[in-house]
Amino acid sequence: MIKFKAINKTYNDGHQVLKNLNLTINQGEITVLIGPSGCGKTTTMKLINRLITPSSGEILLQDENIANLDPIKLRRKIGYVIQNIGLFPHMTIAQNVAVVPRLLKWDKKEINAKVDELLNLVGLDPNIYRDRYPSELSGGQQQRVGVIRALAANPVLILMDEPFSALDPISREQLQDELVRLQQEIKTTIVFVTHDMDEAIKIADTIVIMKDGEIVQAGAPEQILRHPANDFVKHFIGSKRMQSVQAMQEPTVDDVMADQPAVIYPSRGLAYAVKLMESRKVDSLFVIDKNNKLLGSVSIYQILDQYKDETKLVADVMKPAPHVVLSGTSLSAALNLMNEHQLSNMPIVKQEHQFVGLITRGSVISHMTELYTSEHIGGEIHAVH
Amino acid sequence: MPFTNTISSFLQFLQERYPDILVATREHLTISVISILLSTLIAVPVGMYLANNKIKWLHSAVFSIANLFQTIPSLALLAILLPLFGIGMKPAIFALFLYAILPILRNTYAGFQSVDQSIVEAAKGMGYSASQRLFSIQLPLAFPYIMSGLRMTIVYIISWTTLAALVGAGGLGQLIVSGIGVNKQELVLAGALAAILLTVLTDQILGFIEKRVFRKVKAN
Repeated sequence: MIKFKAINKTYNDGHQVLKNLNLTINQGEITVLIGPSGCGKTTTMKLINRLITPSSGEILLQDENIANLDPIKLRRKIGYVIQNIGLFPHMTIAQNVAVVPRLLKWDKKEINAKVDELLNLVGLDPNIYRDRYPSELSGGQQQRVGVIRALAANPVLILMDEPFSALDPISREQLQDELVRLQQEIKTTIVFVTHDMDEAIKIADTIVIMKDGEIVQAGAPEQILRHPANDFVKHFIGSKRMQSVQAMQEPTVDDVMADQPAVIYPSRGLAYAVKLMESRKVDSLFVIDKNNKLLGSVSIYQILDQYKDETKLVADVMKPAPHVVLSGTSLSAALNLMNEHQLSNMPIVKQEHQFVGLITRGSVISHMTELYTSEHIGGEIHAVH
Repeated sequence: MPFTNTISSFLQFLQERYPDILVATREHLTISVISILLSTLIAVPVGMYLANNKIKWLHSAVFSIANLFQTIPSLALLAILLPLFGIGMKPAIFALFLYAILPILRNTYAGFQSVDQSIVEAAKGMGYSASQRLFSIQLPLAFPYIMSGLRMTIVYIISWTTLAALVGAGGLGQLIVSGIGVNKQELVLAGALAAILLTVLTDQILGFIEKRVFRKVKAN
């Protein structure tokens, strides 16, 4: 769809905003350019409709070098939505939406039909809103009009420059949802500039992260979250968001385990063992030595079998633990093992058989509860910039 | 009662002399309208051009010259223009034209500056050509400013036109000057009242037009 080839942009004051930029934007996708301010994301976008001319390099739009096209004709093929909405205050909503079709000298009937269709598309009743002026609409409604104005002339491509950043959070969320829905309906290519990582993750098919005029990483949101290219990307995504993604994708046994299970030394007597089970409300104990090394386990049944013999110690009745998992093992592997061997719990050890904790059915459930009731994803964390 | 006497004698005077007053009013309007039209024709395009250009020295040069005209005392300016244009309407029109340039220029410029740059940029990004941007976006949005500048200028140019009588251009000022010369207070009063009336009336008419034409422009 769009190819940037070795683009450089240096301003007259010598400041280089883009450094050898190479980028391909795919047809029918939402591509989000993101980065801290001054990273060149807006400049990159404005190169496409020739509001800015590159110092060197070329840009191909549908295999045509845009430098050879008439900028005014080019811009009429490309939808444009800006941060400050930019509706024309002296025109009605219908006139605003019809701006580009009018420039292209469409038939009046055709224009009217298109305006009504588009207003309906974003839930603005044409009978009510057609003849209103922008100042009579709320910010969210105005930017809806801004978006459909960009769609009016069936553009090959839509550029959106931080279109929702000036809106209140509720309108912003709504418009993001609507944009995703619209895009699925009309399958247009959209290039979207933002500095809000939550927004990018929510709407993007491809995220392009930029810094100091260079692309740091480009890829699907999922790919970037799972495999950030470097510390800058990690930092930009935000550590909390990464943690939650990791937790979602592959919790380890360490995330889930109960880390203070009931333990007993092998030298203790059986009566003490029973007391301990009573007080901890468990039916088995793990046996460890002074170095915290896991030796085995005893269950209440094994103890009761030998209870009458007062000379017996825990060491005499315990059984070695047949199944253990190493710390750092994925939870799914541990759960499979528990399922396979019909175990109610699973001890977790470090190297040298050091006992560190225990997975029980209860600990798994409480972990899951925590994960699904707290809103880790898409929450309050914003990228630092 | 001397007061009622004054009024009735003034009314009688009006009745006798109203053709002269009408002629003077017509001359007065001619001088004002021509000078304002000329200065509008010059100042509005210049203001538009300046607002869309970022050439600093040109801005300061133009505004300094316009300011300079404004600072010359009106009597002195008329005196300077006499040898150049002779006696009559020409020097008067030229002087008033110079005075009207600055306020119209300033307001045009301010009007264009007031247009939200993001709106202009949106228009550019959507494929408006430079002249389409100028005439269908910037000009309509700047118009309330231009109009208020024009209204203000028209009002004071009409009142200054009374000075035109000093260079033999006629107008309502002529009634006042003659009235002083022959010590006839009715003449002075008639000239002054007519000038005031003309100013107020013009202002009202312009205000009405402004409302009718621009009630649709609802800047945020």
